[in-house]
This record gives sequence, structure tokens and C-alpha cells, in this order.
Amino acid sequence: MSQTPDGAQRHDDAGAPAPDGPGTGGGKGRAVTDRKRNRKRDDVAVPALGFLGMLRWAWTQLTSMRTALFLLLLLAVAAVPGSLFPQRPANPAVVTQYLTDNPEVGPWLDRFQLFDVYSSVWFSAIYLLLFLSLIGCVIPRAIQHYKAMRSQPPRTPRRLSRLPEYGSMAVPAEAGLSARSAVEEAARLLKRRGYRVNVRDADTDRPSVGAERGFAKEIGNLVFHTSLIGVLVSVAIGGQFGYTGQRVLVEGETFVNSLIGYDSFNPGTGFTEDRLDPFSLTLDKFEVVFDRESTTHYGQPLDFTATMSVREPGQPAEQQVLKVNHPLTIGGSNVYLMGNGYAPVVTIRDGEGNIAHQGPVVAIPNDGAYTSTMVIKVPDAKPEQLGFVGFFLPTAMEGEDGVAYGSDPDPMNPRLYLNSYYGDLGLDNGDPKNVFVLDTSNLTVLNDRNQDSGGIELAAYETKELPNGMGSITFDGLVRYAALDIHHDPGKLGALVFSSLAMAGLGASLFIGRRRVWVRAGTHDDGRTMVEWGLLARGEDHRLAPEAATISKLLRDQWLTDAGPQAHNSKSAAGVDNS
Amino acid sequence: MPTIDQTLAQYSELFMLLGAMAFTVAFIAFCWDLAKSSKTIKAVEDRLAAEHATADVAVLVGAAGASSGSAAGRTAGGSAGQAHTVEMASDSMNYGKERRAAARIGVALTVLATVILAAGVLTRGLAAHRVPWGNMYEFCTTGALMVAVVYLIALTRKDLRFLGSFVIGLVVVMLIAATIGFPTPVAHLIPALQSYWIIIHVSVAVLASALFTLTFAMSVLQLIQGNREARGRAGKADKLAFMRLVPSALTLENAAYRINAVSFVFWTFTLVLGAIWAEEAWGRYWGWDTKEVWTFVIWVVYAGYLHARATRGWTGTRAAWLSIVGYLCVVFNFTIVNVFFAGLHSYAGV
Ligand code: HEM
Repeated sequence: MSQTPDGAQRHDDAGAPAPDGPGTGGGKGRAVTDRKRNRKRDDVAVPALGFLGMLRWAWTQLTSMRTALFLLLLLAVAAVPGSLFPQRPANPAVVTQYLTDNPEVGPWLDRFQLFDVYSSVWFSAIYLLLFLSLIGCVIPRAIQHYKAMRSQPPRTPRRLSRLPEYGSMAVPAEAGLSARSAVEEAARLLKRRGYRVNVRDADTDRPSVGAERGFAKEIGNLVFHTSLIGVLVSVAIGGQFGYTGQRVLVEGETFVNSLIGYDSFNPGTGFTEDRLDPFSLTLDKFEVVFDRESTTHYGQPLDFTATMSVREPGQPAEQQVLKVNHPLTIGGSNVYLMGNGYAPVVTIRDGEGNIAHQGPVVAIPNDGAYTSTMVIKVPDAKPEQLGFVGFFLPTAMEGEDGVAYGSDPDPMNPRLYLNSYYGDLGLDNGDPKNVFVLDTSNLTVLNDRNQDSGGIELAAYETKELPNGMGSITFDGLVRYAALDIHHDPGKLGALVFSSLAMAGLGASLFIGRRRVWVRAGTHDDGRTMVEWGLLARGEDHRLAPEAATISKLLRDQWLTDAGPQAHNSKSAAGVDNS
Repeated sequence: MPTIDQTLAQYSELFMLLGAMAFTVAFIAFCWDLAKSSKTIKAVEDRLAAEHATADVAVLVGAAGASSGSAAGRTAGGSAGQAHTVEMASDSMNYGKERRAAARIGVALTVLATVILAAGVLTRGLAAHRVPWGNMYEFCTTGALMVAVVYLIALTRKDLRFLGSFVIGLVVVMLIAATIGFPTPVAHLIPALQSYWIIIHVSVAVLASALFTLTFAMSVLQLIQGNREARGRAGKADKLAFMRLVPSALTLENAAYRINAVSFVFWTFTLVLGAIWAEEAWGRYWGWDTKEVWTFVIWVVYAGYLHARATRGWTGTRAAWLSIVGYLCVVFNFTIVNVFFAGLHSYAGV
């Protein structure tokens, strides 16, 4: 049922017709229900009703349209802070940084869960109350609509002329149309237009037909609101049983889908390890295309293509192409290309001359020229552990001030700029450490700008000896890597189905017109058959007037008469009362 | 990737500039139309006086009735005794017989400007071999085109020329923002945007925004007109003569509701289609990215608006405010969020 009162009803209450019982007539329905609720509310104000009464009072409050509206607006306001403050689920590092930068306000914001807005107590409370309100609203409405669909159109109002749309005509006596057959023919015409019809008082001298259509409007509304619950439940299921994981894969490397294969992993609370699809991925090749034609967007990325070998148990390896916007689907998991960069291959010898590290080191790009930060930790170096931190530039240029900068994302002059340290890297105490951050607080500087030794600057295939015989570092080569996200979301399909249902329901709810038509006939003293009809919309319906015109034309065509007196009801011209 | 056609791109920029100029003149014409409304209204009154005379006769004879809302002038409020008569346009929003030269010029120029702008947007797309919806400049120019087209289509059905200065004014603002605020040479799309979803998702979003633009203008006028009606009822003088060209607050409210209902559906599409695309591009259909947050906020505000229309005490002025707040959120989402907020959607090329 659509309760929006249309203008006429709202502003012209005295003249508005009430052709049917309480709780069923357009704008009036809501009013009546509200009044009923008010009465209930008064009842429960009596303390004797106690706990149960309180509950009932709370429930009527919660399911009122006003509360739903209030909660909706509150939800809109509550969602905003999540866009103003960094959010932990999306960006934990930024939150940590924010807390360090704002030691005063930061912890307070955190106390109010402003870094976890969408899982916060207050945000959850709002949407859970809203959905509770929605359920409390949908169920009674569904029952009521079920009844309405099974009942006959309401009795014919005494004064059709008071309806928002009204028309009448006189069929000449020569046509030989009896009042009864006029009503029956009208009923047939209306039925053909999709109305449900009911002929009443057929044997009296004022027979009439009641007709109604547009039940799908309310069904649409119910489907819409119910589907919102479905979407919420699907999201919850996805969060509960799904997982997301990240893995950086260097060219030539293989990822096996198991917990230790991931760099980071966020399971839902209902996740168990056997939910991981057994597969493995090898990054055979990663290709990048940059714009070389445009003068204004020179070097802008145009295409990233990862060529992967996918192995599933019992099947031969299959080569597949992974691109941005084109995920791989393997079993119930999807693999997405989220980022890419360079991994310079370095060899590090320790103070004893042994190779302590050899292989690609993932560098994280910070700009369009792939100016990348990198950290190398060499816990196996002896006698002292070694650490390096600095930059990788694919195409290094030197500015006027002597500071190097990256000028192009393709590797035309790849260079490493590093500082080196020795000491205890702090990796042995078992605390998880971010591989991309080197904590230098317990380390001693070997190389940097301020030392006599200077910073380390390496072009391809160059080697630099570390001071004090601590070892050496060699820049051996360059490979690319792909940053992959691997997701499994068992609620995804449900969310899609329910949001599609919601859209369909919304369309039906907003654009189907629910209206009622009554046609009454009678025989005039002079033998003419007088036919009158009135239309009533339930809810917003700007197509009521055109519908009235169509019905009027149908009836006239049916009985082929000259136009009789006809009036539109409106504020400016009240219809002629001929009841 | 096919080479970008730089010559065509230059033509495109020329068209955009010419279109913006033509819209500016159209805007001036619409303002002129409002300014000289007093004279126009006089003509309407004269016509109505004559029509009322015949209508009275018709009622007496009982042969014909006045059709709903054809009365242009009416008394606001019940106590007609002391209340001032507040003049306003017909509630039917159908075209009247009186000539409004300035408005006609405004409409003609709007048609011309729209054609030129369409050429600009089209050549931009042809130059780049893709839909021209890749950055703020392109969103603004396409958005302006969509607003103008939606407005012209609405004009073929109803006499909404009173909205001209508002709507075309907004179009001019959008074009100025594009050409001065976010000038961006033609380029290929970055990989994140290379998807057929951009065609579906962005076109629906721009269409919904264009419709919200119309209803925003209507809701603002509704508030002004409502205020004017209240002043009339209180017997105060009418200070806003140009509002005589505008229909009653209630008519504006109902018209805005109808359009808002349509654009709400489009916005729902935007949100759901965006979620499907996000699933494909980023591996999750919803992640509370800044842009997603604001799309959601807008959706909830307009859902609130639809509910307000069904809630006693929330129709009329409050509903109009919700419609305005909703539009401000749309603008915020499009400008501030795109330019200043970091997020996955920060591709806007500004
Ligand atoms: C997630 C929250 C909700 C959303 C997004 C939502 C959305 C909508 C929309 C878009 C409509 C317009 C459809 C139409 O006009 O026919 C509508 C109508 C309606 N909603 Fe909700 N709704 C929500 C929650 C609720 C709740 C909690 C209630 C119960 C109190 C409720 C009651 C109604 C009613 C009675 C209508 C009919 C109004 C009318 O027909 O104009 N809604 N809702």
C-alpha cells in the first residue's frame, strides 16, 4: 500500500472521499492506522501494563514510519565520518600513522570507533534498529495485502462525483441499454484493462461495478523492503564465511593457496582452513604498456597483463591471462590484479664473504614514475645482521640540486639508492614485523649521506663494498611483480540476487498505479440510461486523469452516443452532484 | 591502442567553448524572461479574466467544466477577505497562449547550445576512441550535456521554462568548472577504467544526477513559492514578482516527487551496477571507499525523501529540504570527494 497522500487529499481533506473502510483508503489509511497507534500508545502509558506493555509500546514506536524515516536520516549522517577519517579495514597503516600524528585527539576518536565506523556499535545499532523497524513494517503490511488481494473491490461510494476523477454520460433511450447490461459491459471493459471487477446491486435500479488494479505496486514495495533484508543477510554471510588475502608474486614465483602462502590474510569468523580452494598460481610474465604517444599523458599506464599458470588438483596446468577488471575465477575463489611494481634482484655478501641474500626484493611504487621504496633485511648475515632501506628508480635522472629523481616508469636507467645498517634486526623474538619497514632504532649506520662512506648508489650490475668489511651488495637484475588479492565470498550471489529483486520491486512500487474505478448506471425517467464513473488513486498517481479519460472514451465508444455532460473534479471546479 | 586524434580533440575543445558561450546567452535570456514577468503576467490575467467569464457561463449551462488547474491566478488561503492574491503560473504546467519572447529565445539558444555541446562531447569521444567519461573534465561536460538534454525533453512535455535560469545556470557553472577548473587533454583510459561497466555505470549516474538537478531547482523554487504563499496569506506584499511565472509550491512538490522517484531508481542502479563493477575490479562489491560512502549517503537521503512524502508532517517544506540536501550531497560527491578525498576512485585525472 502506498500511503503518500496526494495533493488534493492533503489540502482538501474535507472534500476527500472515504469510499471504503478504515485502513484501506489511500492517504487516509495511514492516518487511521496512526490514530489507532496513538490510542494504543495511550493505553500502554498506564503503568499497570508493565513490562509487556512497555514492549508493545516500544514496538509500535519502532515500527512507525516516523521512526523509520528518522533512522534512515540518522544512517545517512552516521555513514559520513567513515569518509572523513581513515578506516582500519581499508587502510590500517594510515590509521596507525594518524594516531601517531594526532596523539591528543587520535585515541579519543578511536574510543568512539571512528576508525571502524562501519563495524562500530553505534553504526550497527542504527542499521539493526532500522531493519527491525523494517521487519515490523513489512510483516503486517504483507498480511494486510494478502487479505486485500483476496477480497472484492470495496463497495461503491454513494457519491461518485466526489472522487478525484469523475465522469458521466447519458445513453439515449433508443439504444435500448438497460442499467444492468451497461454495468456488465463496463465490467468487461475494465477487466480487459487489467482491473479486477465485481458487479454489485445488479438486480436493483442502481447497479454498479467496483474495480481495482495495481496490486503489484504493493507487492513490489514488499519485495523491495524484504530484499534489503536479504542483501544484509548475504553481506553478513560473506563476512562470516569468506576470506580475503593478499600476495605479492614476483615473476617466476609460485603461490600455493594455503595460509602460509599469503602475505596477509583476513578470514571471517566462520572461516576454516579447509575452505581454501586447492590451487596454485605461477606468474609467468608481467607486461606493462605505458602511453608513448601522448605529450600530455606521456608514461601513463595503458595496460597491465599478468600471464599466469593455474594448477588445480588432477588437472594439467593451464595458462590464463589476468588483467585489471578481468579477475581469474578458480573454484570458489577469485584472483584480482591489484597492483604491480619492480623487484630489483640483489645479492648481498656478509662480512664472512658468504652469500647471505640473493633474489628479488619487492619495491613499492609511490608515483607514476614508479619511484619505489624498498627495504632489505638480511638476518642471515654474519657476524652482524644487515639492513638496507632506500629507493629504486626505474629511470633515474639527476636534478640541478644533485638529487636523483625518477622520470619514467620504464626501466631505462635503473638505479638503487640505499642506506645500510648493521645490528640486531629484532626478527628473532617472534613478533610479527612489517617486511616493508626497517626499525633502525637498534641499528648502527653503515652507509648514508652523512657518513664518510656516503650512501649506496648502484646502477645495473654494479657492486658496492660496505664499510668496515661488513660485506657487499650487488644489483644483479630486475623483474616485475604483481600484487594479487584472492577473495572468497559465499554471500556474493545472494547479494546480487537480492539487490536485483530490490530494483525490480522498487520499479513496481514506484511506477505501477494502484487505482479503483466504480461505474454506476440507472435509468432516467425519460428512458435514457445514465452512466457515471469515478476513479480513486491509492497513493501518488499522476496518471489517474489520463486513465479517467481513457475509460471515458472506452465507454463512449462502447455505446456510441453523443457526449453527455461531463465534469472533472478539481479544486477549481467541483463536479455536479448527481447521486 | 588506437592513436588519439589530436585535431579532432582540438575541435572538441572549440565546440565546448562555443557551447558554453551559447548557454551563457541562453541563461541571460531566461533571466530576462523572469525579470520582465510582470508584463507577461498582465497578459495572462487579461486572458484569464476572459476565460473565467466563459467558464462561469459554462457551469451555468452545465455543458462543460473547467479542466483541472487551468486557473492561473488564485487566492492562496481560505480567508480571502484580507489575504492578498498571490499570482502564480498554472498548476497544469502546460504551455499558455501568451508570448514570452525572451523565454523563446532562451529555449532556442538552449537547443543550439545543446547541439554544439553534443558535438563537443561526441568529438571528444571519437578523438579518444572511447566513451568520454574518464576524468572530471569529461564528467562535467557530459553531465552538463545530460542536464540540458533532460531539460529539453521535459520542456517538450511541460512548460518548465520558469526553471530555465536555474537549470541553464547550473549547466554554465558545470561547463566553467570543466574548462577552467579541470581542463584535461584527451588521453587513453587507465587500466582501472577499461571496462564496459564504465559505459553502464557512469551513464546511469550522470542521468540520475541530471534529473536530481532538475528537482533541486524545483525544490528551491518550491520553498520560495511556499514562503511567498504564506506571505500572501498573512496579507503581506508580494516582493518576488518573478515568481509569478512559477506554479504553486504544491505543484512543484508533486512534480519534483515524480522526477525524484525516477532518478532514485537510476541512482539505485548506479549503486548496484557500481557494486558489480567494484566486485570485478577490486574483488569486493562493497568496501566503504569514500566514493561508495557518499553514493550510499545520497541513496539513503533520497530514500528518506521518499519516506518523508509518506510521513505525516514531513511533506512539503521538509521534503523539499531533503531533496535539496540530497542534491548538495550529489554535488559534494562529484566535486569535493573526487578532488580532495583519497580513495580507489581517485582516478579523476585532476
Ligand atoms: C533500509 C531502509 C529502507 C529503505 C532504503 C526504504 C526505501 C523505501 C523506498 C525507496 C520507498 C518508496 C517506494 C514507494 O514509494 O512506494 C519506500 C516506501 C515505503 N517504506 Fe521504506 N525503506 C526502508 C525502511 C523502511 C522501514 C524500516 C519501514 C517501516 C517502518 C518502511 C516503510 C515504508 C513504507 C510504508 C513505504 C510506502 C511509502 C509509499 O508508498 O510512498 N521502510 N521505502
